[in-house]
Amino acid sequence: MTTAAEIQKRLRESGIRSLIGVSGPVVAIIGALIVEAFLLLAIGKDPLVAYGYLFEGSVGTVFGITETLVKATPLLLAGLGVAFAFKAGLFNIGAEGQILAGSLAAAAVSLYVQGLPPFLLILLAGIAGMVAGGIWGGIPGWLRARLDVNEIIVTIMLNYVALNLVRYMVNVPMREKSGFYPKTDTFPEISWLPNLVADTRLHIGLFIALAAAVVVYYLIAHTTLGYRLRTVGANREAAEYAGIPVGRSFFLAMAISGALAGIAGFGEVNGVHHRLLDKITTGYGYDAIAVALLGRTHPAGVVIAALFFGALRVGAITVQRNAGVPVAMIYILQGLVVLFVLGSEVLNVLLARRLRRSESAS
Amino acid sequence: MSQVVELFTVTFLVALLTAGLRLGTPILLAALGEVFAERSGVLNIGVEGMMLIGALAGVLGLIAGILMSLIHAYVTITLRADQIVSGVAINILALGLSTFIFRGVFGITILPVTVKSFKPIKVPGLSDIPILGPVVFQQSALVYIALILVPLTWFILMKTPVGLKIRTVGEHPKAADTVGISVTQIRYLCTAIGGLLAGVGGCFLSIGQLNFFADNMTAGRGFIALAAVIFGRWNPFGVLGASIIFGTADAIALRLQARGFDVPYEFLFMLPYVLTIIALAGLVGKTEYPKALGLPYRRGS
Repeated sequence: MTTAAEIQKRLRESGIRSLIGVSGPVVAIIGALIVEAFLLLAIGKDPLVAYGYLFEGSVGTVFGITETLVKATPLLLAGLGVAFAFKAGLFNIGAEGQILAGSLAAAAVSLYVQGLPPFLLILLAGIAGMVAGGIWGGIPGWLRARLDVNEIIVTIMLNYVALNLVRYMVNVPMREKSGFYPKTDTFPEISWLPNLVADTRLHIGLFIALAAAVVVYYLIAHTTLGYRLRTVGANREAAEYAGIPVGRSFFLAMAISGALAGIAGFGEVNGVHHRLLDKITTGYGYDAIAVALLGRTHPAGVVIAALFFGALRVGAITVQRNAGVPVAMIYILQGLVVLFVLGSEVLNVLLARRLRRSESAS
Repeated sequence: MSQVVELFTVTFLVALLTAGLRLGTPILLAALGEVFAERSGVLNIGVEGMMLIGALAGVLGLIAGILMSLIHAYVTITLRADQIVSGVAINILALGLSTFIFRGVFGITILPVTVKSFKPIKVPGLSDIPILGPVVFQQSALVYIALILVPLTWFILMKTPVGLKIRTVGEHPKAADTVGISVTQIRYLCTAIGGLLAGVGGCFLSIGQLNFFADNMTAGRGFIALAAVIFGRWNPFGVLGASIIFGTADAIALRLQARGFDVPYEFLFMLPYVLTIIALAGLVGKTEYPKALGLPYRRGS
């Protein structure tokens, strides 16, 4: 029988827990900014000036905000993918390759499918990107399910297979008709994703990514599939004992994870570049791992983390232009943030243990 | 096609294998270091980043590599945080740090900064052996060091008390702890050796091969080293074989690319990765991981 005091205690406990959950990433970001400040001082730059430009460049102007959203879109989609696989206890380090696979398939549809009305052409390109990403993620999922092959190594290896595949495609079969550069022709305009703000690169992919966040939340929290994945991720033996098909769960988790990254690839070619080139993703897939972790693998957290990382990417350009600080400063910041999040998680475990101990003592 | 066939003369093959060994050396060095780390149970996917930092630091590569590996060791061994995430973070951090320091020192230039490179050293007597001589015994000092490290690593791991401790920690840390082996100490040591050799591998890349540093110049070689460890099944000699195969594939691809042949050399660049997936899938025998690989150790749990 629950007494009022017990409910009170439980509320307080969950309040503290969620406070710790949010404070970890925030503390990590502050810690990273402090360490980075010392590095900036070491090369003779004023950290406050640099951070000022970082802020101004990313969210200080309308154009900056739209660019931040442009960069956040693939980070959000791929980050959701990494977070989704993580729920099943799997590490998808292959978002980079899955983005590439998705962009390749979407490019093929946009360039070679003819006679479809714009809406259907875009839809088909999107589905192609999603399926290609799903296959690229599904392969390691299948290998894990069937042969118990470590998905971490396979996803890493497949990144480079995809990179070389795209390089080959833009160098030889899909190379632009006239030009010198290894890239495809510009897609026909009917395959472009509609812009949201005139004279910017912000496209409707942002809404697709936000919708994906809602879908992923729903899948994880309110469906049988989500329940199974979470159970498999929490305790594989228990899941097996409960009759959950563990292998199929692994495969589905990785395929859906890859599909989300594949949609990101579609967004990049059909929404931003309107052509395929081998530098279509500049590390979005690797940053997505950091985004998923910083967002604590919760879709809402991933949205916020993707916006933050997107802002860093955009702001860094302004910092380089105005303060002469290399763009690379944000990668240091990102690496440090991840390391500090790891550190703060350990702190959480210790805090939670102390909390429990003090409770059992009282 | 006949043009391709004409290429395969003895002179060409010797040049190819020489280049294969040279290109395989940074992979071999980093992979041997990773063998130590993984045999002790620490998976370090931050090899790529440690090589990159080593490439920037040049002759100080080994110190830079050790420093980066100590971050990984602290986070994963002392704090017992996830090894994969830490490795990912180290790769991002190293990409940032190397570019940041490089740009900070040399400014934002477009031309690569060149440095003096190692000179090849002929081994008296041995360098005159046909084929083997020019391929193996007319290389630079670091290639010889890497080659000597192969049997040395095997000897240390398989025949010495320290090696036994390392393998026990990697297979069964609890048992190791019970008999008084410090799991923490052994793992720190092996992770540091991994960082050291990755750093030296990176240094060979910038000083021994290309004579310059460029942003992100490792371009996935650290991941190829990871592949070489698996493909070579955590055995130094297997790792040597894998490194030479991967290096030679690289050499063939570069030659085809340089001569402008209309062959898809990109597929040769894919080879190490595809071979590793095939090896992992057990299509060529079963792959046995060190049993405690990737798992943090907590006493009494």
